[in-house]
Amino acid sequence: MIPPSDPERQNIEETTHFPETSEDDVEQVENAIELKEVEGISQTRLVLRRFVRHKAAMISLFVFLGVVGLAFSSIGIDAMGIKTPGWWQFNSVAIYDLLDGGVPSATHPFGQDEVGHDIFAQVMRGTQQSLMIVFVAGIVATLLGVLVGSIAGFFRGRIDQLLMRFTDAIIIIPVLVITAVLGSTFNRSGSFVLAIVLGLVLWTGMSRLVRGDVLSLREREYVDAARVAGASNSRIIFRHILPNAIGVIIVNATLVMSATILTEAAVSFLGFGVQFPDVSLGSLIHNFQTAFNTRPWLFWWPGLFIIIIALTINFIGDGLRDAFDPRQKRGLNRVARKQRTVVRPAEEVGA
Amino acid sequence: MLTFLVRRLLASLVVLLVASYIVYVLTAYSGDPLEDLRQSTARNKEYLMQQRTEKFNLDVPPPLRYFIWLSGLLRGFIGQFTLGENILGQAVTDQVAAAIGMTLQLITASLVLAVFIGITIGITTALRQYSTYDYSATFLSFLFFSLPSFWVAVMLKQYVGIAFNDYLEDPVIPPLVIVGVALVAGLVWMVIIGGPVRRRLIVFASATLATGAVFTFIALTDWFNDPSLGIVVIALLGAGVAVLVTALVAGLRNRKALYTSLVVALVGVALYYPFQLISLSLTLWSVIALGVLAIVVGVVIGWLFAGPDRDQSMRAGGITALFVGLLVLLDRFMQSWDIYVGSGTINGRPIGTVGSATPGLTGSFWIEGIDTFTHLLLPTAGLMLISLAGYSRYSRASLLEVMNQDYIRTARAKGLTERTVVVRHAFRNALIPLTTIVAFDVGGLIGGAVITENVFGWSGMGKLFVDALTTVDVNQMMGFFLVTGVVAITFNLLADLAYSALDPRIRVNS
Repeated sequence: MIPPSDPERQNIEETTHFPETSEDDVEQVENAIELKEVEGISQTRLVLRRFVRHKAAMISLFVFLGVVGLAFSSIGIDAMGIKTPGWWQFNSVAIYDLLDGGVPSATHPFGQDEVGHDIFAQVMRGTQQSLMIVFVAGIVATLLGVLVGSIAGFFRGRIDQLLMRFTDAIIIIPVLVITAVLGSTFNRSGSFVLAIVLGLVLWTGMSRLVRGDVLSLREREYVDAARVAGASNSRIIFRHILPNAIGVIIVNATLVMSATILTEAAVSFLGFGVQFPDVSLGSLIHNFQTAFNTRPWLFWWPGLFIIIIALTINFIGDGLRDAFDPRQKRGLNRVARKQRTVVRPAEEVGA
Repeated sequence: MLTFLVRRLLASLVVLLVASYIVYVLTAYSGDPLEDLRQSTARNKEYLMQQRTEKFNLDVPPPLRYFIWLSGLLRGFIGQFTLGENILGQAVTDQVAAAIGMTLQLITASLVLAVFIGITIGITTALRQYSTYDYSATFLSFLFFSLPSFWVAVMLKQYVGIAFNDYLEDPVIPPLVIVGVALVAGLVWMVIIGGPVRRRLIVFASATLATGAVFTFIALTDWFNDPSLGIVVIALLGAGVAVLVTALVAGLRNRKALYTSLVVALVGVALYYPFQLISLSLTLWSVIALGVLAIVVGVVIGWLFAGPDRDQSMRAGGITALFVGLLVLLDRFMQSWDIYVGSGTINGRPIGTVGSATPGLTGSFWIEGIDTFTHLLLPTAGLMLISLAGYSRYSRASLLEVMNQDYIRTARAKGLTERTVVVRHAFRNALIPLTTIVAFDVGGLIGGAVITENVFGWSGMGKLFVDALTTVDVNQMMGFFLVTGVVAITFNLLADLAYSALDPRIRVNS
């Protein structure tokens, strides 16, 4: 699967559309603004500030938190012995009287299936499961990918060869195939185990990227300095190298998460994922597949929630990518542009 | 170079072996292959179980059983190649051979379309960075990227396939829909073309009127039930293609190239009627041969016209010939459409939503071609939409990076036209990193095809896989994996080679 990427950071339009104006002026103005903006701010604050400025990412963050809040508050939590009541009057397992053949109504806004389950409660339950799987699998995949990638990149040589060939072997098995195979083995043990299994499959991209980063970071002077000071290998990896690769790791973790929700849904859709009576968004679509002609709404809602979750995670990832990239000036652009129009008010932004 | 190739091939082979071992063992442990027999009520149940155990060596633990399977593979060296039998006793090689064609068709069609459309979108958005068009395309590609493939497939099946078939039974387009579609089309074109307010308004008005006119025509003539282009429309479209191709390939200033394309289009139109005469006796291969011939003729015409840059004229001629040929071909397919729709097995519902071919349908090359098309249409669209997003994002980023390079500045400083800078200097270099992406995407497409085939009821590789997993049929699973694994490995290798061939900075001296 291809992650969408948005690495344009350079101010193309200055060179593209204003070949006749002096670019030095623009650059100077921008550099001055950038210097002023970053004066006396820590790296974390800088990243945070850039992220907050990314509109699509901020909207997505709020929508995503909204979905999380809705899913966990509406029908409450029922996991690992903890039970909290929700504000929604129906639950996902009980069977209710069919109102008007199950068409969405004021009582059952998402409708009912042919037996009488409340679809809103089921979709919320499915969303909870899918979110849990996304986070657990995301964390497992990130940890494993970072571990493999940093060991391979740091020690190089034979260990690197061995680990990367193994990664290659996992990569050429299509993700869906290996997940389905593992899913059909472990799905009877519940969705938590399934989430861990998913994480054990999706770490390959992360390990390759982290390895690449570590390969270049290990040659830096501060690593040499740490080694001279007597730091152990693990201390160098965890204290000196990985914190500097945090941008790549965090951004890629969001990509893993959006891949997870789609893979989980696809595997459950094929019937090898989350099993009845437990539901995830994918397994809901799987269960309702035959009822499409009579009750299409059974199909819309779980699909819609998958899209919302995947889309918002992708946008958050995009915002993080821009925020972590020191070369990015998108937020700066507007300020710089304003500045420029002051200098040259007659300039028309043409395409 | 040769050492590099050999080393890469050996490494790929090892990787493939390790991966196949993983798949074999995991599949074998994923369930109980005797499940169906255990639950059966047959009197000779014990015997059947024992028979299956012996046949598939189920008493050997999977980590060792793999080597029995591998020995069947290695016996290929002495001419006794075998992948074993599946649980129903059919040879896996036969199963794979039957399934592979349709899946490859599906994957190839969506890959080609996704690459072509995705790169077009990516390039145009990069050239108009931060425009409304750019932002909308960015949002849409994020949206497509977040779509679950099976959900899209089911939606397409219901709201495009079945809805279109229903429409054909009662072909009425309400005027309100025509107005709505025309307005939306006008808006889309306005955003895509952009520019100052006046140009935007002109584009909006003309696109709205044109779309409205076309749709009114379709509604009045019941076009979808008996579609055709006719020689007049082909001539008009051909001239348009000729101008467009010249504008992209050589620039309209290059008159000789323009004349080449126009003459090629004219030749194509002149050959329209002769082609109709011979069309019934054609087969797939002769059509491909004709296509190659058309391109050769186009290139020759370009060579004759020469002009300031002979290569450009030849290129323009060849590409125009290809597109005009495709137009004539499309028209010929359309002429068979009403025979196809009217035939007993289709019964007026042409868009296939189940299977990869209509069972029991026989006819000329044209009829069968339409049948393949109607069945490929929706699965390909569903599969394409998802990988489209990736290509458009990557080619956009790639072109933006290239446009910032020094050699682009140099090209501009030399006084080259914007077209030359973009097409000859930027575009080609921007495509290099995409070779790697294509290779990676093939694996994703195979996974996507499993889902899409499932929704559309194809009996291709996807069904092979799902069946193998449900019945814990390891041999069949390995048949599936061997094909997909070899495809994935081959594409990765090709990408590496293409990359080093295209980018001289990458040296492959091992």
